[in-house]
Amino acid sequence: MLEVNKENFETEVKNYTEKPVFVDFWGDKCEVCKQLMPDVHKLEEKYGDKIKFCSLNTSSNRRLAIGERVLGLPTMIMYKNGEKAEVLTPDKISSIADVEEMVKKFI
Amino acid sequence: MPKIYDILIIGGGPAGLSAGLYASRSRLSVLVIEKGKFGGQATTTAELENYPGSIENCTGPALTERMKKQAEDFGTEFVKDEVQSVDFSGDIKVVNCLRETYQGKAVIIATGANPKPGGFKNEQNLRGKGVSYCAVCDADFFEGLDVAVVGGGDSAITEAIYLTKFAETVTVIHRRDALRAVKSLQEKAFKNPKIKFIWNSTVEEAKGDEILESLVLKNKITGELSELPVNGVFVFVGLIPITEVFEGKVTLDDKGYIPTDEEMRTNVPGVFAAGDVRVKTLRQVITASADGAIAATAAEKYINEKFNK
Ligand SMILES: Cc1cc2nc3c(=O)[nH]c(=O)nc-3n(C[C@H](O)[C@H](O)[C@H](O)COP(=O)(O)OP(=O)(O)OC[C@H]3O[C@@H](n4cnc5c(N)ncnc54)[C@H](O)[C@@H]3O)c2cc1C
Repeated sequence: MLEVNKENFETEVKNYTEKPVFVDFWGDKCEVCKQLMPDVHKLEEKYGDKIKFCSLNTSSNRRLAIGERVLGLPTMIMYKNGEKAEVLTPDKISSIADVEEMVKKFI
Repeated sequence: MPKIYDILIIGGGPAGLSAGLYASRSRLSVLVIEKGKFGGQATTTAELENYPGSIENCTGPALTERMKKQAEDFGTEFVKDEVQSVDFSGDIKVVNCLRETYQGKAVIIATGANPKPGGFKNEQNLRGKGVSYCAVCDADFFEGLDVAVVGGGDSAITEAIYLTKFAETVTVIHRRDALRAVKSLQEKAFKNPKIKFIWNSTVEEAKGDEILESLVLKNKITGELSELPVNGVFVFVGLIPITEVFEGKVTLDDKGYIPTDEEMRTNVPGVFAAGDVRVKTLRQVITASADGAIAATAAEKYINEKFNK
């Protein structure tokens, strides 16, 4: 999974138009996020040819996250042509199945 | 033929992990099924100072990681899956998950609880955008900003104190004129210069376009409304048991909790409940762990009597 940050977010997410871009917003202290991560990697193996998978560590990119209106973890966002197409806030993520369901809408 | 486990444990929080440890130590075959995060609610707190013996590195994630390791070392199996329905009618209990179906001679329900919403307008819309139920997960965002905490119990005050490490100010909003939290926590909170209190008040509404900007508060005595500008609000006003899957399968009380006897037996033979999901007076890691131990032991006895005659 491509790690995005303040340096490359514009290029890799905002200005990227080839495929929809999935961004997993996580943080150093977010246990749920860390436990979801291996399963998100599996989603990338499954759907990576149709969707670009990225992760963003909010602990080191706080301003960027807040700029994207992310203030709670885990949050998963699908971007299409640089625009937010769907946002999964923490309350909508009970297990990886919820994430997969969202991802599948964009293949 | 799919494997028939001795015990299926639904939920990998402290209750489920402790049940796994006790059961596998008795050489039973055990599977713990967890949909989200092993460690359960305990992974959402950084200050677990009341679990006996847990003095050094007493964060919830660290403690429950050790619990999981300990259970694993005795042979407990773990799987990430979400239980969707159950069939407890036969001698062999069937647990249907998203990915697989599992069978066991006994089941321990340890699905715990979710935080109860504060019940104010716009709360759902602003979840993950300033409205939070997990300080450990989200505190980082509020470095140098102003936050509020709703509630007056142990969790609310513990998390308010934790949040002062990040936020500029932490305003505790409580519907009564005194806290319910234990005295030592109250003393700590009252001494902390970053913590302010608004008494006898409830949150009516969260305001903000795409992210939280302020809270509308109502003074319960005067009825007066006021607005408090904050960037974040953390809600700790109680719990809702996670028992939808078990409706009509085991007896639930009017709030959705599972009544059991002292041996953690539900009304269905072979089905036990442990931890926060149970009708009880104190919902903590220590009582959840104790429940898990008792449930595993009672399940073992049940299996011996029922299947090994
Ligand atoms: C903010 C906060 C601070 C706290 N502070 C303390 C403290 O300082 N000291 C203390 O002792 N206690 C504290 N607690 C309470 C403590 O965390 C709980 O009492 C304890 O975690 C309960 O354990 P449990 O195993 O019963 O349930 P939980 O911890 O809730 O675990 C249940 C697990 O079951 C899983 N599950 C639910 N449904 C399904 C399903 N259908 N399929 C698969 N898995 C499922 C859930 O994902 C969860 O991981 C705190 C709680 C909170 C929220």
